[in-house]
Amino acid sequence: MKISTDKKISLLKKMVLIRVFEEKTEALYHQELIPGFVHLSIGQEASTVGSCAALRPDDYIISTHRGHAHILAKGAEPKYMFAECFGKTTGYCKGKGGSMHIADFSKGILGANGVVGGGFPIMTGAGFSIKLRNTDQVGMVFFGDGASNRGTFHEAVNMAAVFKLPIVFVCENNQWASTSPAEKMVAGGSVANRAHAYGIPGFITDGSNVLKVLEAVQEAVERARSGRGPTIVENETFRYKGHFEGDRQKYRTQDEIQHYRMHRDPIDRFQTVLIEEGVLTKKAVAAIWAETKTFIDEAAQYGLDSPLPKPEDALKDLFTNP
Amino acid sequence: MGVRDLSCSLAMAEALMEEMEQDETIFIIGEDLTAQGGIFGQFRGLSKKFPDRLIDTPISETSIVGAGVGAALTGMRPFIDMHFADFVTTAMDEIVNQMAKIRYMFGGQATLPLVLWAPDGGGISAAAQHSQCLESWIIHTPGLKVVAPYEPADVKGLIKAAIRDDDPVVFFQHKRLFNWTGPVTEEEYVIPLGKAAIKRPGKDITILTYSRMTYECMEASRALVQNGIDAEIIDLRTLCPLDFELIAQSVKKTQHAIVVHEACLTGGFGAELAARINEDLFEYLRGPVVRVAAKDVPMPFSPVMEKYVLPQIPDILAGVDKAMKNKRPDTNIPHAVNNQT
Ligand SMILES: Cc1ncc(C[n+]2csc(CCOP(=O)(O)OP(=O)(O)O)c2C)c(N)n1
Repeated sequence: MKISTDKKISLLKKMVLIRVFEEKTEALYHQELIPGFVHLSIGQEASTVGSCAALRPDDYIISTHRGHAHILAKGAEPKYMFAECFGKTTGYCKGKGGSMHIADFSKGILGANGVVGGGFPIMTGAGFSIKLRNTDQVGMVFFGDGASNRGTFHEAVNMAAVFKLPIVFVCENNQWASTSPAEKMVAGGSVANRAHAYGIPGFITDGSNVLKVLEAVQEAVERARSGRGPTIVENETFRYKGHFEGDRQKYRTQDEIQHYRMHRDPIDRFQTVLIEEGVLTKKAVAAIWAETKTFIDEAAQYGLDSPLPKPEDALKDLFTNP
Repeated sequence: MGVRDLSCSLAMAEALMEEMEQDETIFIIGEDLTAQGGIFGQFRGLSKKFPDRLIDTPISETSIVGAGVGAALTGMRPFIDMHFADFVTTAMDEIVNQMAKIRYMFGGQATLPLVLWAPDGGGISAAAQHSQCLESWIIHTPGLKVVAPYEPADVKGLIKAAIRDDDPVVFFQHKRLFNWTGPVTEEEYVIPLGKAAIKRPGKDITILTYSRMTYECMEASRALVQNGIDAEIIDLRTLCPLDFELIAQSVKKTQHAIVVHEACLTGGFGAELAARINEDLFEYLRGPVVRVAAKDVPMPFSPVMEKYVLPQIPDILAGVDKAMKNKRPDTNIPHAVNNQT
């Protein structure tokens, strides 16, 4: 697959954006400025950015509890995301959702779901809707290795296969579902393997290589868009942080994490390639980081400076016609 | 033997330890049980002692709960960890159509000695899908016993009773109470299901509550004393079977009652209690039975809104006020026990 220089640079920028956003979120959480649960995607940037890069602005995604990266990759604005994480009225969901439930329906982001496996059946409905409305949109549902063990996954994949729905199932296999290793919990060797049972294609990609992810997902998206049905793409990746912020992580060693960071960090790898190829200079890469940091600091500040909701706002938005 | 302070999670772990030592048919099934002693520390020490009897499963709640039902039917005593009470939704058929019905539908042939353990409740900014109190759904399903204690000592005694009971017991425990500590005797004891407890004796009004709202009611009672109101606080502990005897005793004495729960108002257990009291104790009542509950919306994330939705001490005080003002005159209450002497 031929990927333009501009596209490559934009892939790097998106990954850096996610990393910086997540590191800022981590810091803000530990300063006790973000209440509730926070699940970070640091380490998984290539999987998410490569996948969303294959989509059009009018395509749909559904995200998970670990959702910041998906939402950023689909084009959401960090300042409204921070505001949501702080529970401010300027947040995407006016402070009703928080870190675990960010959505921007205007950008095709049908929401981050706190129920593991909650997104699969909903995307099936978006798939029917696309068919009935006769558009050529595509729906992409993100999920973890753990979620592939919910019955909802199997029902939705079968339904999508039966009706050739335009859906790409993107598994971000970060090796762990909370304290449970994928190796032990996912029968059949891989999530992608399960595709064969439903007669649809399933691919495993090196989820730390953004170009490899893009290539596989692009093919799946084209298949969906041209009416040939769903695909499962499983990106092998790794989460560097705890399951949630505050997780003691007794179930794994720091060595395991360090090893991945040293050898397979998705951003380090891609930067090195771009510098070697002469696409970017070291200085240009440094500038991307610096600009992103300023941008994210400003976005966070916007959120911090925003007003809190009024307590009675809790009663709004329950019904369209109360 | 002495008394020591234990948290609710340690009281629970101790109850499980004692029961599992005595009965080999007990096993625990659910997600993330062993790596860190359960996500709330509620299983601390158990996997070391009983490595084969804690089963860490994939994220497959439908099958976790269904497996509990099947194992109970075939000679085991499963303790099912629902992870978060909100996820009962993912196994509703297993709970409502299977667990609750199998014994009755098959003419009493089967027993289902299982516990479905579900940590519930809000107040931790966990937003709409991780903050619910869903006991009403379960209570509205005949065939399920329901427990929702508050104090560590009650947690311990009731976990033991729930495990020993031959019927399905849904055991709710509030997430904000896991670190709540209180005295627990070292001696072994069991608290029978179906027995409420008076946590504060009083004579002016009966406050019926359970789970974490017991704490709020105890706090509210101090402010009430300053207003000259001596409230009797009853922690129901078990919602099904219900200790209506104790409720009736108290209401006959105080002639006023309110119900306080964290679940939202409409269709909540407070409605059931108010109806029961109204039907059976009407002649003793001098005021309306008032419900204090969360507002009828999903739980919002932002702490300012969440606090507004959840019942707070001023809401309890307002509830008491509403129940006690506009009293019916004494003369209308022929059977009332006069304790105003
Ligand atoms: C139905 C349901 N069960 C359990 C949970 C609790 N829980 C939240 S995240 C998680 C692990 C999810 O693992 P995975 O799907 O692999 O995603 P990852 O966290 O690795 O991104 C669990 C068990 C939940 N939110 N919803």
